[in-house]
Amino acid sequence: MRAIGIILAGGNSNRMRELSNKRAIAAMPMAGSYRSIDFALSNMTNSHINRVAVFTQYNSRSLNEHLSSGKWWDFGRKQGGLFVFTPTITNTNSYWYQGTADALYQNLNFLKESHEPYVVIASGDGIYKLDYNKVLEYHIEKGADITVVCKDLSKEPEQLERFGVVKMNDDGRIREFEEKPLVAESTIASIGVYVVRRRQLIELLENCAKEERNDFVKDILIRQKNVKKIYGYMMDSYWSNISDVDAYYKTNMDFLNKDIRDYFFKQYPDIYSKVDDLPPAKYNKGAEIRNSLVASGCIVNGTVENSVLFKEVFVGNNCTIKNSIILNDVYIGDNVYIENCIVESRDTIRANSTHVGEDRIEIIVEKNSRYIL
Amino acid sequence: MIKKEMIAMLLAGGQGSRLGVLTSKVAKPAVSFGGKYKIIDFPLSNCINSGIDTVGVLTQYRPLRLNQHIGIGIPWDLDRNIGGVTVLPPYEKSTNSEWYTGTANAIYQNLEYMDYYNPDYVLILSGDHIYKMDYEVMLDFHKSRHADVTLATFNVSEEEARRFGVVLADEEGTITEFEEKPENPRSTKASMGIYIFSWPVLKDALQQLSEQPACDFGKHIIPFCHNNGKKICAYEYKGYWKDVGTLYSYWEANMELIDLIPEFNLYEEFWKIYTKSDVLPPQYIADNTKVEASIIGEGSEIYGQVYNSVLGTGVTVEEGAVVRDSIIMNGTVIGKNSQVSKAIISEYVTLGENVVLGTFDDAENKVAPHIYAGGLATIGEYSVIPDNVQIGKNTAIFGETESSDYPDGRLMSGETLIKVGELA
Repeated sequence: MRAIGIILAGGNSNRMRELSNKRAIAAMPMAGSYRSIDFALSNMTNSHINRVAVFTQYNSRSLNEHLSSGKWWDFGRKQGGLFVFTPTITNTNSYWYQGTADALYQNLNFLKESHEPYVVIASGDGIYKLDYNKVLEYHIEKGADITVVCKDLSKEPEQLERFGVVKMNDDGRIREFEEKPLVAESTIASIGVYVVRRRQLIELLENCAKEERNDFVKDILIRQKNVKKIYGYMMDSYWSNISDVDAYYKTNMDFLNKDIRDYFFKQYPDIYSKVDDLPPAKYNKGAEIRNSLVASGCIVNGTVENSVLFKEVFVGNNCTIKNSIILNDVYIGDNVYIENCIVESRDTIRANSTHVGEDRIEIIVEKNSRYIL
Repeated sequence: MIKKEMIAMLLAGGQGSRLGVLTSKVAKPAVSFGGKYKIIDFPLSNCINSGIDTVGVLTQYRPLRLNQHIGIGIPWDLDRNIGGVTVLPPYEKSTNSEWYTGTANAIYQNLEYMDYYNPDYVLILSGDHIYKMDYEVMLDFHKSRHADVTLATFNVSEEEARRFGVVLADEEGTITEFEEKPENPRSTKASMGIYIFSWPVLKDALQQLSEQPACDFGKHIIPFCHNNGKKICAYEYKGYWKDVGTLYSYWEANMELIDLIPEFNLYEEFWKIYTKSDVLPPQYIADNTKVEASIIGEGSEIYGQVYNSVLGTGVTVEEGAVVRDSIIMNGTVIGKNSQVSKAIISEYVTLGENVVLGTFDDAENKVAPHIYAGGLATIGEYSVIPDNVQIGKNTAIFGETESSDYPDGRLMSGETLIKVGELA
């Protein structure tokens, strides 16, 4: 194989509100049966990248649990495999990862000891399918030093302030790069996926560290853009970043759209995830389901409309769940009304309660203890 | 040194011909059950849940699907350094090459496999029952009675007892007499076909009876042990156990899963049933649909109505279609405005539009009334049903059928339509 993979999954965002209290964004449940990082991991394995490192830092328990075996993504190999790197204290360093570049630098040995000529760097919070080999081919064809995968967001310009915004010349070389601008000068955003030659990356990281700089975007991409040949690769298929409650909500709801569902679930290649051995979903008498996704292990007695039920959700009698996302293993008692909400996983919603998100998506974290008679 | 206290030998070579077209292309243990599972998942999950990590699966009839399903045993945690699951097909020998001619003959031909693990006990299982059972408890019973052979029994009605081998036992559980399919059963303790043998006893019996044609556990090995003064005990099993040997009992067992709190509960945390999951995405239920009293597998898409049914993974029920009291297995498509009642539809069937399945007045099946009974319409895997046809009860269809196969667009109750297509 020509490339190794790196997934940056250490981040947290206060834009996720309470949802990030107990997990890293990369471990956010997605589309009923998956977690956010499954998309990057599946893209790696589907691009025949066999050696993948995941960098974690913030609240990584739930992510580590998900990554406890690499076999679900076919990384259980003698050649390659799945590596999880959390910051460690060494003789020379006792800091957390100070930034993305620092995270890579602290694990420079992983890069040095690989023999593949290229590195694909991705983030754990993007929902998309992409054959990284195509980006790599483009990278080689352009003779680029770094290639940045970009997406035109002219249809949703309000999203631009969350991303790096670039301007390219006719050849595709990035001439301007602005991180999270208040007023964007272009509608082309970087999606946080990079291809770079391994030795080039090592050199860049070492120089960066010498100057005590830590951030891959600010201190490498932006700083080097006139020195190194940094190219943009335009992707035009579905892409969404979930590191914001509204975006997370919308991305999940996107899967109610048949085209998007078919694109991810039915068209080659597949997205893989850890298998949970849950029974099929069950609908009892009185259940009413409309335009909703239901994952395995759910038991539904009430009404569910325009919603996504993740795994092992129990919906009691006479409940109404509308325009909501119910995360894994939630028990909802009888006569509950939920609208415009995201219910945090493993929660118990007391019978006869009402939860409505009035002018924004409400996040329900009840932490009730569960008792089932 | 290799040492396993107890290993299991799982007999999975039978066709199960009473399941009709469902087993035309697959062995019975590989037939789907309860939406996403295969019948063999139940004994395999019981093994690992009982702490048995060495299982030999004896295959013979149409093993492809079974082999693909079992693989190296990952879904059941049976991928082990020592032991794990091993598929054991019949093999050629320098002399006397033969198929597995009977249940005990199959085990006899794999003496070497068992010897390798140096077991104290061997558990014999069959791959065609639905139940959750802790074999370790049965082994404790076997040890505490100092038995040579323990067989599991299940209390059945007097009516049913005529179909089984029944045993008479004393208060301690020691078996005094056997009756095979008795006219007037003197006991209602039916043998479940689950045996624990002390390994030397089994090895000796198999070797002594090696010349016996079609050597069978119930017919030859157990009577042989009994006549030679071995202590045979009956372990009474009181949980849920369902023989799914006939189409009707298979249908019934599936339908029981949709009860509000089913006797056989797949939703319990304890004693999970494992299976190979190929389909991961959640299922989608569209607008203007109705899904009630049903269980549905991953990745299915429902645009029509589903009542009292068991649907596998990746099933599509298109707009206007109505499915009632039916079993629909993985990957099948039910076309627009079709109506399906009381049917068993196997995997990857394409059912056209405006098809009415399970209609007309009841009539006995003309070819195999003992198989296709109970008013069920049964369709074999990868079959194709054209648009606008009406199909009756007690019917069987297999193969890629076309409109011309249905005179006046009908297949009356009791008819059988088997087309030998590319797949046959």
